[in-house]
Amino acid sequence: MDLATVWFIAIAVLWTGYFILEGFDFGVGILLPVLGRRDVDRRVMINAIGPIWDGNEVWVITAGGAMFAAFPAWYATAFSGFYLPLLLILLALIVRGVAFEYRGKGDTDRWRAWWDRAIFWGSALPAFLWGLVFANIVRGMPVDGDEILRAGVIDLLNPYALLGGLTTLSLFILHGALFLTLKTGQPVRSRARTAALRTACVAVPAGAVFLVWTQLAHGKTWTWPVVAVAAAALVAGVALALRGSEGRSFACTAATIGLASVTLFGSLFPAVLPSTLDPAFDLTVANASSAPYTLTVMSWVAAVFLPVVMGYQAWSYWVFRKRVTREHIEPVPAYGGGDGQDQAPAPAE
Amino acid sequence: MEALDLARWQFGITTVYHFLFVPLTIGLSVIVASLQTAWYRTGRHEYLRATKFFGKLFLINFAMGVVTGIVQEFQFGMNWSEYSRFVGDVFGAPLAMEALLAFFLESTFIGLWIFGWDRLPRGVHLACIWLAAIGTNLSAYFILAANAWMRHPVGFTVNPENGRTELTSIGAVLANPQAWSTFLHVVSAAFITAGLFVAAVSAFKLWRARRHGDTGEKGVEPPAGDHELFRKTLRAGMVVTLLAGIVVVYSGDHQAKLAAEYEPMKLAAAEAHWETEEGAPFSTFAVGDTDSGVNTIDITIPRVLSFLATGTIDGTVQGMNDLQEQYEQEYAEYGDVDYIPNVFIMYWSFRLMIGFGLFGVAVSALGLWLTRKRRLPRTRWFYYAAVAALPAALTANILGWVLTEMGRQPWTVHGQLLTAHSVSPGVSLGQVALSLTVFTLIYGVLAVVEAGLLWRYVKGGPSHVVPEPEEGEDTGDVPAFVY
Repeated sequence: MDLATVWFIAIAVLWTGYFILEGFDFGVGILLPVLGRRDVDRRVMINAIGPIWDGNEVWVITAGGAMFAAFPAWYATAFSGFYLPLLLILLALIVRGVAFEYRGKGDTDRWRAWWDRAIFWGSALPAFLWGLVFANIVRGMPVDGDEILRAGVIDLLNPYALLGGLTTLSLFILHGALFLTLKTGQPVRSRARTAALRTACVAVPAGAVFLVWTQLAHGKTWTWPVVAVAAAALVAGVALALRGSEGRSFACTAATIGLASVTLFGSLFPAVLPSTLDPAFDLTVANASSAPYTLTVMSWVAAVFLPVVMGYQAWSYWVFRKRVTREHIEPVPAYGGGDGQDQAPAPAE
Repeated sequence: MEALDLARWQFGITTVYHFLFVPLTIGLSVIVASLQTAWYRTGRHEYLRATKFFGKLFLINFAMGVVTGIVQEFQFGMNWSEYSRFVGDVFGAPLAMEALLAFFLESTFIGLWIFGWDRLPRGVHLACIWLAAIGTNLSAYFILAANAWMRHPVGFTVNPENGRTELTSIGAVLANPQAWSTFLHVVSAAFITAGLFVAAVSAFKLWRARRHGDTGEKGVEPPAGDHELFRKTLRAGMVVTLLAGIVVVYSGDHQAKLAAEYEPMKLAAAEAHWETEEGAPFSTFAVGDTDSGVNTIDITIPRVLSFLATGTIDGTVQGMNDLQEQYEQEYAEYGDVDYIPNVFIMYWSFRLMIGFGLFGVAVSALGLWLTRKRRLPRTRWFYYAAVAALPAALTANILGWVLTEMGRQPWTVHGQLLTAHSVSPGVSLGQVALSLTVFTLIYGVLAVVEAGLLWRYVKGGPSHVVPEPEEGEDTGDVPAFVY
């Protein structure tokens, strides 16, 4: 296997990790106004992802950096070509990140309501748009002979890509709801279970149709079993959620998202951005990649540090493994007109 | 108006804005970690209160640095696709390393620090803030190595087949003299800024307490420990600034010498130095005609520029007119290009950077003298100066980047790629105008929100964040920060 292919796989791994990890914290953000009827419940939800969302988000920064380094042409063409969706994603990630940090630092309902909106839209937009963008990449875009992608908004909004967006949106909500069943106390926990089952009514058909469509239109022979297992994991996840098996159902949606991502990248290979104008204009693993020396250097860096990163991220998940409950987040008398929330005890062991 | 112009404005605005927060993150992470170390070692409650108080201000600032940083990475691909295509092989590597080695470290351990107060053993928890601080400073190295490469490209060749750069030595890119020299300069400037932040907040609190005898509301006694706490942090902030000031001067001098060697046009523009000269004088005030390339008024100190640029008083310093001629011949394939950056901006940003930056260092030196042996000045001007030094330092940081980036023009990669050839060909004027508008608006709103929060937490003081312990109470049970 040549180094460019190795790096295609590495970038697929980074995006897949991103979708699995940030997928659930997007889901939690989207469910915030639905499940968090009282402020204390919204805080339970936010604190359940509080220590880890930032680390999850670095996966996308690393994926972007790796594309830049390993496939400059792919990075350049795709990032400039998907200008508007990426602009929206950036705005969403900005307000969302600030919202998590700032929401608890004011003390009026209006203040918190604004940040709640920021968290909702900041989660919902990327959850939909990443699906839209990646479906369009797999479907192919009007890339010309100079490797320039000139597409209007209309080009992005085809049925396949819209279904892709709906699939990531609904899968992430389902994934986030199951995360909440696993990580929060009552009443959020049971509400999240109900929400998961309701979301499944959209996520299962959308996911199944999108996967099969991807397979039929763009898939390889070897992606058939991947699609089958992804669909099976999705159904199993819902069934386990019905039975109240929280950890396993969450593992199943993680597997579904991971395998769906594998399906997309597998269908793409060996192209990285197919052209709808002329197959000769396709950006491929071979023509978009960096030279072997850069790829070798990057391989060593990734081989040494990616396991280290995964190790300490896993440890941080372990440290914050306990459920967050209402009791952990009690209203505390305010100090001198300030917000008393900072004095609230943390979700303790 | 072209997409190119707006893309440059957007890069300028988003980068300058990002860099309001970054220096504070770089310096405050280490200062907060040091305060927590002091608490860990002595067990004294005031250090814990200082850690939590400045830690809160640090986090308010940190969030802004993180979210505005994502824009920077995406922006290369979105607005500067031809640049990205040309340099990705070389420039992408330090960026990817930054994410993998530094950002993961920073963001994972900051999460552990924020939420881990009562869940981790104290030593482990302390290690978390140090790891976050290391990640932050490490990220500065990688991004500055990438930036240094644009000014002094090393360790690469241009592939004649596809016209892209190719990396030949990662060691050369990471050990680029411009990289480590810039790193020292930027990081020491960051410590000046963060030291002044701590000093300014402390001075403000001490002044308020002196005037009102309280921490914000008239008639309420301030917690007894506050005075002592802020006296200490005032001095600590000033010590950090003073030490960093020494490094900033040393590295700044080194930067000038490197510029003379690798970017002579930048140095000449920063000095409004038109003709090549031996024993060149340092200009202190100049008014010139940039079209005809002469200064009409120029008040100078003889031979000082030669000394600063070359280390000898009669060394040769190249002038802009000669460099323009030289570049026109050397890069004839680009046609008629003006290789002289905006001299007015270069000249004044250079001087104001030095002035604003050293103002804070001088205030700190003076402040340390005035506060020796537990003294505190009574005069109001001292407190005003300490507070004013912070915006001055932030301005100096920005002017430093204006100098660096505008001084590299018309190149994105010196001698290799013109800015005019770097922009995304497929992105329309309307798209860039839209993104420039929304970024500017949202950044403006967030600036107001952030400033408001900082103000609120500074006014609230340490008691707002962590209560005074009751008599005999164990101070070890520390409540965590919770969203």
